[in-house]
Amino acid sequence: MGSLPLFPEQASTIAPEVDHLLYFLLAVATFFTLLIFGAIFYFAVRYRRRSENELPPVVHGGMTLEILWTVIPFGLTMVMFTWGAAVFFDESRPPDDAMQIYAVGKQWMWKLEHLEGQREINELHIPLGRAVRLTMTSEDVIHSFFVPAFRTKQDVVPGRYTTTWFKPTKPGRYHLFCAEYCGTKHSGMIGWVYVMEPQDYQTWLSGGATEGSLAENGQKLFTQLACDNCHKADNQGRCPTLVNVFGSTVQLTGGGTVKADEAYIRESILSPQAKIVKGYEPVMPTFQGLVTEEQVLQLVEYVRSLGPKPAAGQAPGSQALGNQAPGNQAPASKAPAGKKSAPGAAPAKQ
Amino acid sequence: MADLTSHEAQASSHEAHAAVHEAHAETLDLREQFNTAEQQKDASTLGMWLFLITEIMFFGGMFACYTVYRRTFPEVFAVASSSLNAVLGAINTGVLLLSSFTMVMAVRAGQLGQRNMIILLLILTLFFGGVFLGVKAIEWKEKFDEHHIPGQAAFHLEGLPPDQQGHAQLFFSLYFAMTGLHALHMVIGVGILSFLIWQAKKGTYSATYFTPVDVAGLYWHFVDVIWIFLFPLLYLIDRHLGK
Amino acid sequence: MITAAVHEREHYLNASYGIKSWLLTKDHKRIALLYLATITLFFFLGGSFATLIRIELLTPTGGLVSSETYNKLFTMHGVAMIFFFLIPSIPATLGNFFLPIMIGARDLAFPKLNLLSWYLLVIGGLFSLFAMLAGGVDTGWTFYTPYSTTYSNSYVIATALGIFIAGFSSILTGLNFIVTVHRMRAPGMTWFRLPLFVWANYATSLIQVLGTPVIAVTILLLFCERVFHIGIFDPALGGDPVLFQHLFWFYSHPAVYIMVLPAMGVISELISVYSRKPVFGYKFIAFSSVAIAVLGFLVWGHHLFVSGQSLYAGLVFSFLSYFVAIPSSIKVFNWTATLYKGSISYATPMLYAFGFIGLFTIGGLTGLFVAALGIDVHVTDTYFVVAHFHYIMVGGTIMAYLGGMHYYWPKMTGRMYPEAWAKLSALVIFLGFNLTFFPQFLLGYLGMPRRYHVYPDEFQVLHVLSTAGASVLAVGYLMPMIYFVWSLRFGQMAPANPWGATGLEWKTASPPPVHNFDEAPIVTHEAYDYSTVIPEVIEVG
Repeated sequence: MGSLPLFPEQASTIAPEVDHLLYFLLAVATFFTLLIFGAIFYFAVRYRRRSENELPPVVHGGMTLEILWTVIPFGLTMVMFTWGAAVFFDESRPPDDAMQIYAVGKQWMWKLEHLEGQREINELHIPLGRAVRLTMTSEDVIHSFFVPAFRTKQDVVPGRYTTTWFKPTKPGRYHLFCAEYCGTKHSGMIGWVYVMEPQDYQTWLSGGATEGSLAENGQKLFTQLACDNCHKADNQGRCPTLVNVFGSTVQLTGGGTVKADEAYIRESILSPQAKIVKGYEPVMPTFQGLVTEEQVLQLVEYVRSLGPKPAAGQAPGSQALGNQAPGNQAPASKAPAGKKSAPGAAPAKQ
Repeated sequence: MADLTSHEAQASSHEAHAAVHEAHAETLDLREQFNTAEQQKDASTLGMWLFLITEIMFFGGMFACYTVYRRTFPEVFAVASSSLNAVLGAINTGVLLLSSFTMVMAVRAGQLGQRNMIILLLILTLFFGGVFLGVKAIEWKEKFDEHHIPGQAAFHLEGLPPDQQGHAQLFFSLYFAMTGLHALHMVIGVGILSFLIWQAKKGTYSATYFTPVDVAGLYWHFVDVIWIFLFPLLYLIDRHLGK
Repeated sequence: MITAAVHEREHYLNASYGIKSWLLTKDHKRIALLYLATITLFFFLGGSFATLIRIELLTPTGGLVSSETYNKLFTMHGVAMIFFFLIPSIPATLGNFFLPIMIGARDLAFPKLNLLSWYLLVIGGLFSLFAMLAGGVDTGWTFYTPYSTTYSNSYVIATALGIFIAGFSSILTGLNFIVTVHRMRAPGMTWFRLPLFVWANYATSLIQVLGTPVIAVTILLLFCERVFHIGIFDPALGGDPVLFQHLFWFYSHPAVYIMVLPAMGVISELISVYSRKPVFGYKFIAFSSVAIAVLGFLVWGHHLFVSGQSLYAGLVFSFLSYFVAIPSSIKVFNWTATLYKGSISYATPMLYAFGFIGLFTIGGLTGLFVAALGIDVHVTDTYFVVAHFHYIMVGGTIMAYLGGMHYYWPKMTGRMYPEAWAKLSALVIFLGFNLTFFPQFLLGYLGMPRRYHVYPDEFQVLHVLSTAGASVLAVGYLMPMIYFVWSLRFGQMAPANPWGATGLEWKTASPPPVHNFDEAPIVTHEAYDYSTVIPEVIEVG
C-alpha cells in the first residue's frame, strides 16, 4: 500500500512560516480539545446520577467566568488573526527580484510560459533559490494553481490576471494540482514543479524550445497585427508610443491615471475603449477574438521589453500586491479588479 | 411580554381555555390557533412585514449586482440608460403612485366597513396595475425592436464601440432581470387584488375583519417602493432635464 | 402520571385516519412527521452517494465510476444533504413538532403556510430528484460560474429550480416560527423563560428569512444566464465570475448556521435534562444564538481568500470570522459547566450530547485554522476543509439531531426506543465518524485536493482508513432506523415525562392531543426548574 506520510515537504521560503502558524494553532486546538473532553469526562463520572430522585443544587452562573471564557478565547483568536495576516502578506507580495513566469490554465492542462520562450505543459522547471512570480489566467473556467510543498494556492480566473509567487528552497519535484473544480478531468489537471540547481536550470533553459522568447514572439505579432502602424516608436502615429510605457503612470482623458502593468496592457488590447490616454482619440480597434490569451502574454512581454530598463537585479514592474496583476488601484472584492479589470476577453478557441 | 399578575394570567387562561373549546367554531377572524382576533391580526401583519423583508433581500441581490457593474462600467451604463424611454418610465411611476393611493384608500374603506368603496378602490388599483403592466409591455417591445435584448446575436447599442457592447449587455441583462422580477410581483399583486375583489363582493370584509386587504396593501406598497428605486437607477443615470 | 394505554386515548396520531388526513393536515405535529419522512429519504439518497464516493476513493486510480459520474456523485451528495436534509432537518421536524408546544400554543401562527412549506420542499426535491435520475448534475453543490453557466452539460437547470423552490420552504418556515414566537406565547411565558431550543430556532429563523432570498436570486440569475444566455457572470461580456461566488456565499455561509444553531438548541435541552440542572449561563447561550445569526452574515468572504478577492477584503473577512467563533465557544463552555455538580445520566440522548460537544469543539477549532489567512491559502479546497465541515455538520448537527430524536421519540410516538441498542449505535456512530473524517485533516494538509477521484499513491492509506470508517458509520446510521421502526410496534409505552424534564411539552401526554394541551397552560416558573418535576420522575430501563 505504500508509505504513510503525515506532513508535506517544506520546499519554499513560505512553507516553514505556514507550518509554524499551524503548530501554534495545533497547540491551542489540542489544549482546548483536551480541556473540554477532560472536563466532560471528569464531570460525567464524578457527578453521575446515583439515585433516580436526586435533585442537584442549582449552580448560579458567574459573570466572572463568562467574561474569562470570552476574553481569553478572543485574545487567542486575535493572535491567530494577526499571525495569519502576517503570513498572508508574505504570501501575497513577491520580492522585487522575482523572475516572471506565466501560466495559462485551461480544461484540463496547465500551460507554463517562460520569458525566454520555453513552453511547458503540466510541468514547470524553476531554479533553486530564485523567487518566481507567476501571472496567470484561464481560457475557460476557474482553475486554481496549487503546489502543496510550497504552501501556495491561487485561483486562476478567466477574463483577468491573478498572481502568486514562491521561492523554492529544496531541489526536487513537487506535485502541482488544480484546486478548483473545473469539470470532467479536474482530477487529471495535475503536474510537477521541478526545482533544479541553478546550473542545471541554465542547461535546461538553453536546451529548450527555440521558438524565440515571449518578447520576440510578441514583437512578431505586433508587426503582424499592424500595431506598429499606429504605435510608432517616435510618437508620430495617432497612438501613444509604447516605449518606456510599461510600469509608468499613464494619464487618461477625464483626469484619471492608471499604472501600466500587465492587466492594463491586456485590457488595452482587448477592450481599448475602456481607458483612453489623454490627448488621444478613441480609435484603437479591439483585438478580442483575434488573439489568444497566450498571444496576449507575448504582446505584454514585448511591451515590457520596450522599457524602461529595470535597475540591475530587479525585474521590471514586479511589485505585486495581493492576487492581482500588480499596481492596481482599488482591487475590488466584487468587481473585476476595480476599474482596471480585464473585461471582455473572449479568448480565441485554440 | 412582561410577567403577568395572577389576575391577568387567569383572565388570559380563561380566554385561551374558551378558545380551545371554541375551536370547532373557527371563524375567519379567529382561527383556532389564535386566542383573540387581535392576536390574529397582529400575527398576520407581522408575517407580512417579515415577508416584505425577505423580498428586500431578494431584490437586494440584484441591486448588489447592479452596484458592482455600474461602478465598473459607469459610462456604458449611462449610455445604455439614456436609451430607455424615460417618459414611459415616469408615466409608470406616476401610475404606480396613484395605485398605492387607491390601495391605501381601499384599506381605509375596509376600516370603515364600506363594502362598495372597498370594491371600487380595489378595482381602481387593479386598473392602474394593469396600466403599468401594459406600458411595461410596450417598453419591452421597444427594446426588442431596437435590438437591445441581451444574449441575442443581433444585440447592438448605438453610441458604443464594439468592445463595449458586451458591457452594455450587462446593463440590459440587469434591466430585464430587475424589471422582469418586479413585473412578476405586479402580476402576483394583480392576482391578489382579483381575489380580494371577489371576496369583497361576497361581503367577507367588514370593519372588524379586513386584514387581507390590509396586508395586501402592505405588499402592494412594497412593490411600488421597489419601482421607486428601479426607476432612477435604471432610467435616470446621468440624465438631466432638457436633455 | 402514567397515561392510559395509548390506543384508548385520542391523540394527534389516531384522531383521524386516511391519506387525506395527512396530506391535507394543518397539525404542526403531523407536518413534522411528513418532513421526517421526506428528509430521511434524502438522507439515504445523499448517504448512498457518499458510499459510492468512499468506495471509489479506496484506490488511487478509482475505477468504480467514470470521472463524469464521480463529479455527479459529489455534487448530488452535497445538494441532497445540504438543501434537502440538513437545512430542513431539526427546524422542520423537532422545531415544527415542539416549538408551539414549548411556548404553550395550539399550533404555529400559520398552519396552512406550514403545510405549504412541506409541499415546497417536496416539489423542490422532486425537481432535484429528477435531475439526479435523468443523468445527474456535475457542477459541485457550489455551482461556480462560468462552469455552471456555460460549460457543464448536465442537469443544472432542473437542480437549480429544485433548490430555488426548496428555498421558499425554508423562508416560510422561518417566517412562521418568528411570528409564532413573537405572538403566540402562553401567558407567563416571557422571553427569558423560553426553552433554549426556542431561542436557537428563533435565531435560525432570522437567518432563513434574511439569507435564503439571496441564494434564490443568485440561482435565478444563474438560471437566466444558462437559459437566456444573458451574461451576468460571463467574462466575455465583462461579467465577473467571482461576483457569483460572493452572492452564493452570502447565503451559504449563514446557511451553515441554519444547520448548526438548531442542533445547539437541542444540546442545551439535553445537557440540562440529563444533568437535571438549568443550563449554566442561560442568557449567554440565548444571546450567543442571536449573535451567531448576526455575525454569520458578515464573514462570507472567508470562502474567497484565494479567489482573486483583494488582500484587504481578505483581512476584513478573516478578522470577522474570528468574532463569530466566540459565541460558539461561549456555548461550549457553558454546556460543560452545566455538568458541574449535576446529576448526570448516561441515557442515549446524553451520549449524543457528549459526542456533539466533543466533535463540535474539534470542528469549530479547525475553523480557526481555516480562518487564518496564511493557513487557508494552503488548505482551502483540500480535504482539510472537507473534514472541518463534516465534523460540524455530521459530528455536530447529525449527532444532535439523533440525540433529539431519541429524546423526543417517546413524546412523539408514545413509545420508548430500546436503550441498549441505542447506546450501542451511538458508540458505533461516534467511532465510525472519527475514523472516517479525522484522516481527512491529514490528507488535506498533505495537499489532497477536493473533488478528486484519482490521486497520488501516497494518499491511499489515509483514504482506506476513511472508507473503513464510513462503512462503520453507515452501520451506525442504519441501526436507529431499524429499532425506531421496531419500537413503534414493540417499544415500551412511554409516560408523559419519562426523563424528568421541565418544559411544557413534558406536561402533556405522550403522544400529545391534537390541540397540544387539554387545558391552556399558564407559565409561572423559570425555565429548567427541576424542583417542579422530580417527585414525578419514573425510572427508565
